[in-house]
Amino acid sequence: MRLFINKLFLVFSTITALIGLFFLAWILYTLCSKGIAGISVDVFTKDLIDGGLRNVIVGQLMMSGVATVIGIPVGILAGIYLQEYGQNSKTTEFMRDLSDVMMSAPSIVVGTFVYAIVVVPTGHTSGWAGVLALFILMVPIIVRTTDDMLNLVPVELREAGMAIGASKYHVTMNIVVRYAKAGILTGILLAFARVVGETAPLIYTSGSSQFWSTDLTGTFPSLTVSIYNLATMPDDKMVQLGWTGAFLLTSMVLFINLIGRYASNKKRR
Amino acid sequence: MKNMMEVQALTFTYKGSSEPSLKNVTLPIEKNKVTALIGPSGCGKSTLLRGMNRIHDLYPGHRYDGTINLLNSDAQGYTDILTIKKEAELIRLRQRVGMIFQKPTPFPMTIFENIAYGLRLTGVKKRSDIEEVVERSLRDAALWEEVKDRLNLDARSLSGGQQQRLCIARAIALKPEVILFDEPTSALDPISTLAIEEMISVLREKYSICIVTHNMQQAARISDYTGFMYLGEMIEFDQTDTIFMKPSVKQTEDYISGRFG
Amino acid sequence: MESIFKKLAQFSASLVFFILAATAIVLYLSAKPAIEEFGVHFLFESRWGVEEKVEPSAIEQSKQELVTGSIDDEDFITDDEDFVMDDEDFVMDDEDFVTDDDTEGNSNKSKVIYGALVPIVGTIFSTLIAMLFSIPIAMGIAVFLSEIAPGSLAKPVGVAIELLASIPSIIYGMWGLFYFGPFIASIFGGNTVSLLVAGLVLGIMVIPFMAALSRDAISTVPDLLKESAYAMGATKLEVIKDVVFPYAKSGIIGSIILSFGRALGETMAVAFVIGGVYQFAGKVTDPTNSIPVVLANSFAESSGLSLSVLFYLALILFAMSFIVIAVAKFYFLRRK
Repeated sequence: MRLFINKLFLVFSTITALIGLFFLAWILYTLCSKGIAGISVDVFTKDLIDGGLRNVIVGQLMMSGVATVIGIPVGILAGIYLQEYGQNSKTTEFMRDLSDVMMSAPSIVVGTFVYAIVVVPTGHTSGWAGVLALFILMVPIIVRTTDDMLNLVPVELREAGMAIGASKYHVTMNIVVRYAKAGILTGILLAFARVVGETAPLIYTSGSSQFWSTDLTGTFPSLTVSIYNLATMPDDKMVQLGWTGAFLLTSMVLFINLIGRYASNKKRR
Repeated sequence: MKNMMEVQALTFTYKGSSEPSLKNVTLPIEKNKVTALIGPSGCGKSTLLRGMNRIHDLYPGHRYDGTINLLNSDAQGYTDILTIKKEAELIRLRQRVGMIFQKPTPFPMTIFENIAYGLRLTGVKKRSDIEEVVERSLRDAALWEEVKDRLNLDARSLSGGQQQRLCIARAIALKPEVILFDEPTSALDPISTLAIEEMISVLREKYSICIVTHNMQQAARISDYTGFMYLGEMIEFDQTDTIFMKPSVKQTEDYISGRFG
Repeated sequence: MESIFKKLAQFSASLVFFILAATAIVLYLSAKPAIEEFGVHFLFESRWGVEEKVEPSAIEQSKQELVTGSIDDEDFITDDEDFVMDDEDFVMDDEDFVTDDDTEGNSNKSKVIYGALVPIVGTIFSTLIAMLFSIPIAMGIAVFLSEIAPGSLAKPVGVAIELLASIPSIIYGMWGLFYFGPFIASIFGGNTVSLLVAGLVLGIMVIPFMAALSRDAISTVPDLLKESAYAMGATKLEVIKDVVFPYAKSGIIGSIILSFGRALGETMAVAFVIGGVYQFAGKVTDPTNSIPVVLANSFAESSGLSLSVLFYLALILFAMSFIVIAVAKFYFLRRK
């Protein structure tokens, strides 16, 4: 009887796992079959107004890229502070908890915040507003990974650095951060992958545009927002373009994730 | 004088490995005696021990060749435990051959439930029966006086030495015929180690014991027989006194006198 | 150099705190007009964008509700159909319904009522459906990966699950709209966009996330502990039930709460499939609304009080997710 229940449970557990994997496979299948069908040279060479995705892809990458460039120093410095200077005081713990809370805050709320402080005063949506929203989403992720990665650096290494007379700054930058470099890099890649697929905080901060633009002070083309708009249009051709965009977006995110995973695995070996 | 268990010409190969980790090993476990296995790290002593209750089988793909005989419960003849196929018989085997691990492994439940757990698995339901066995097992493990007032506390609140004695109590609650100890004191301080060693010499009266140890003095102190293993082979097996005083093989002598290992 | 660096690092770390505080303050200030106008009653009011006539000589406190065409047309970028359904609902509820003609006459004496109850209820129920659906499946996957599947299978499937957890939520929403919604409607009847579809899509979205976190929690259980349970003659089920789950309990509960928080604040996976109408779902197969979706759909077209109301909603959502995450952090995922 015990063995029968055991078998039953194992079968049940395997079945639930299969159900879950089935749905996920279904999504990927849909995405690939619908997405690949719409891939053509035009997608990459024409702007949205002419039925391509060039401007929105570039726009999305530009906003995420700028957010990353600003987010890296801030996030890493904050992570260094928490691990190297904060020691384990109550304040540091509190700050860690806060960045965890921020990491899980709904992205739409971040969008709302940016709308209030940028879009309302300036009176229009802009690329910078989108960048700010993505930056806010990204920083806590980088803080957390930096903090965790630095935590893995052996204390002896720091002590050895101090023992040969290096300053705290030197030990931190030249020994500790260098030791944890691969892990931090992975964290940054994953943070980038995370924000590049964000839609909700961009809808009314950057908005989206059908035209080519590299001017972050104005309404800015966004791939994700465009997918949202395209998918809800009654025109089949537009919907198809939406699927193509969705496929490209997912491929991009998965690709970056794979690179990040590869980088961290290589380090471990 | 009957042997409780007999390992005969056992060759064991881990999954995916071309080289066997045990080569043609033979080991008798005499009834109501303590048999110690010594040897340098990686010599296969733990591998051998883990074969004797087939805990290896949790990870499929390993390969056994040879025989491990276990005396039948009616003391008439032996059964080769390597021929067991059915899950139910494997479970029965593990209840007859108990095991204590390198580190204490208290289950995430109360002290009482830790010991009652094995009984419940075998289907014992009556509360008074369970309470009786729990008390007796804890007394046998010399832990009763220390924990009788806090049986409902989480077992993980005990000290390391107490946890290990709890694990022994948990094993003997099932009335095993053989108890396998896999370096039971390697994670403990000297005082806790001493308590466990004393307990083992008492347990010998009721059970047959096989213990793997890194510590040669420990083997010398508590065992009746000692086997010295090296590179997957049983180099020498004899009475403990003989092994430590007059070993017949050069390698054994070198190891015991600390020249290698 | 040394001190500048330290100051800079300190500043960066405080920035996180500063942003969080600023978010709360800015949302509160922006929501203030709405908070002053509606107070706590906002949370329990089910009408949205409905004009209420204020009787100058109000002897009889009869509430007369009707739908104001002008504002709702702006708020609903969706379609007139939803709007009509709303309208009918109110007709049924309301005894003294006043026709459009009357409204125009009284427009200077009326105020517009906003209430958050519909999206709050929609948010909570869609999240609950998501949890009911995803918890057993995610646990099944986690157990399968860590205890059942052989290593050669567990590793690639585990990596696949982690990758799936990184897929942007908009993809789940799109798939839900075009494939999963019609599939559910063909089984359970009802609309292709509904509370049920939204809940299930949310559930499917959090499955990989929850499964990966739970698997990590389960993998912290020492092999030795599991072996010692097997060594006592326990079956796999018994080991999982009595040893693995209790040992990994706080990590598993933490993963569920984090997934709950994620589902609660999720916008894109829901926006496509919940329907975006301001009415309670009488059946699970009816469309309704959720806070993030209201925010996503209404911002661009709002101003003044209707905008302030959205900030009030955002503040509520922020508070809800803050509480959920704080609970997870402080009770279950405390750092050692």
